[in-house]
Amino acid sequence: MHTLPNVFKFFRMHETLKNTDTIRRIHEIRDEFPILREMVNGEPLVYLDSAATAQKPEVVISSIANYYRQSNSNVHRGVHSLSQTATALYEDARTTVKEFINARYAEEIIFTKGTTDSINLLAHGLGKILIDQGDEILTTEMEHHSNFVPWQALALEKKATLKIIRFDDKGEIKPSDVESMISEKTRLLAITHASNTLGSINDIKEIVNICHAKNILVVVDGAQYIPHAQIDVQDLNCDFYVFSAHKLFGPTGTGVLYGNRKLLNQLPPYQTGGGMISEVGLQSTEYASSPQVFEAGTPNIAGVVGMAVAIKYLQETGYAFIEAHEKNLLRLATEKLLQIPGLKIIGTSENKVPLISFVVKGLHPFDIGSLLDQMGIAVRTGHHCTQPIMTRYGISGTVRASFAFYNTADEVERLYQGILKALKILS
Amino acid sequence: MMTVRDDMSIDEKQMALVETFEFFDDWTDRYEHIISLGKELPPLSDEFKTEANLIKGCQSQVWLHAEMKDGKLFFSADSDAIITKGLISMIIQVFSGHSPEEIINTELSFIDRIGLKEHLSPTRSNGLLSMVKQLKFYAIAFSAKS
Ligand SMILES: Cc1ncc(COP(=O)(O)O)c(C=O)c1O
Repeated sequence: MHTLPNVFKFFRMHETLKNTDTIRRIHEIRDEFPILREMVNGEPLVYLDSAATAQKPEVVISSIANYYRQSNSNVHRGVHSLSQTATALYEDARTTVKEFINARYAEEIIFTKGTTDSINLLAHGLGKILIDQGDEILTTEMEHHSNFVPWQALALEKKATLKIIRFDDKGEIKPSDVESMISEKTRLLAITHASNTLGSINDIKEIVNICHAKNILVVVDGAQYIPHAQIDVQDLNCDFYVFSAHKLFGPTGTGVLYGNRKLLNQLPPYQTGGGMISEVGLQSTEYASSPQVFEAGTPNIAGVVGMAVAIKYLQETGYAFIEAHEKNLLRLATEKLLQIPGLKIIGTSENKVPLISFVVKGLHPFDIGSLLDQMGIAVRTGHHCTQPIMTRYGISGTVRASFAFYNTADEVERLYQGILKALKILS
Repeated sequence: MMTVRDDMSIDEKQMALVETFEFFDDWTDRYEHIISLGKELPPLSDEFKTEANLIKGCQSQVWLHAEMKDGKLFFSADSDAIITKGLISMIIQVFSGHSPEEIINTELSFIDRIGLKEHLSPTRSNGLLSMVKQLKFYAIAFSAKS
């Protein structure tokens, strides 16, 4: 059973959400996101699908247009001024990301297409230098398919073994669960920082400690965590940390692979071509070093520029404010949804990113989601690219409402009323 | 309110459904009607709920079974989601009892006209679009046989 938040917390939450300063601040924030003014099916949009992709503030949208209007040129290749401007913007973005996650060096930041691309780059490279026949790769039952299938494919290719760390009924993995799965054959752990379906947050720092004591590399999927809290890769001490810009209020098609410099220098390139070489001869080619060696071809320059603006926007908004407001929204929504008869929350950890997956007895998530859509409420239904989680709970899918700092207590109320109405129609 | 009768052509049945839906004032009434149709549709018997009859959608699943009787095709279907089930109930009512030729040559138009177009979009991934394709495919296969 889910534990209700205690009464004290409940009152505090109400006070904060009713606090006029907070309300004013949220409305200022909402004004910065043009899409939040859209009407959907005749109702003002309630966007509760930020875990799939977050909305973009005006500064991000205009930075992309302005890049094409004023600075567009290819990077790293030209002597002319525009090319230098574009290169400077692109490399400044690298520094912005480096500082954002507190990496030691800018060369540790590789721009990719997104989380999936970053993980595939790693699976490819680590497959060449780390994983041999008979080795073990560890991952978990709560991974997004993007942090699961590439490792499964690698294990099959190398005749290595993929070992799966289970989570408990609340959806939590304890560091000791990781420890007990380690053997002398374990080379690598691929684990999510936060689950996109359960919301649970893994104790990465402690897990890395355990793994490093046994010379096991740790790849962290930060896609769902980084939009909600400050991270510090030096403090986490993980070997690799990956995320997507589009979940971070930036554009689609851009993402980041952070890697420890020593490891990146040993990693073979993923794709070859222009922009990643230092010397090409007829018989052989000498590659550039990180990050260029991992960024073959013309990169998504506008996307990277937009991502840097999104990061600065987040930093100005402040994670302290974001975290506090989102925690309140999550608590309020949890409290409200648990009042609905027959509704069961999937993923009941006390420490969650602001999302709620749920099922309602006897009803299909698709039906609930379709009716909420008629009311202008955008939620996601289905397996959320985490079929092993569905298998674990013996369900085909859930309805997932995910929150960002631009959501309001009123929207939580509309979700609650919307579900009640959907249940009435379906009953 | 016009009712769909067995002696109507496919297009006449579609017309009757469109007229029925014109009586509804808002989306709530429309969906309540579709849901009640979904509930009334008898479940497909287990012998037909086979892997071969399954149309996998990302969101909901559809089973479709076809049978030929006296030159006419009859469909039965099921889904795990009730809205999908209500929609397929209307679709099979429209197409059942007609010759493969009539099925091949008639466009499915009523879904669009009753304002539920989005359910037939490939992005909806509820299996409905694939079901309609499969239904037409059966008609082509049976007309080739006869
Ligand atoms: C935890 C997690 N990992 C990976 C991904 C994949 O991200 P992308 O599609 O941006 O590559 C997602 C996105 O849904 C996610 O939630």
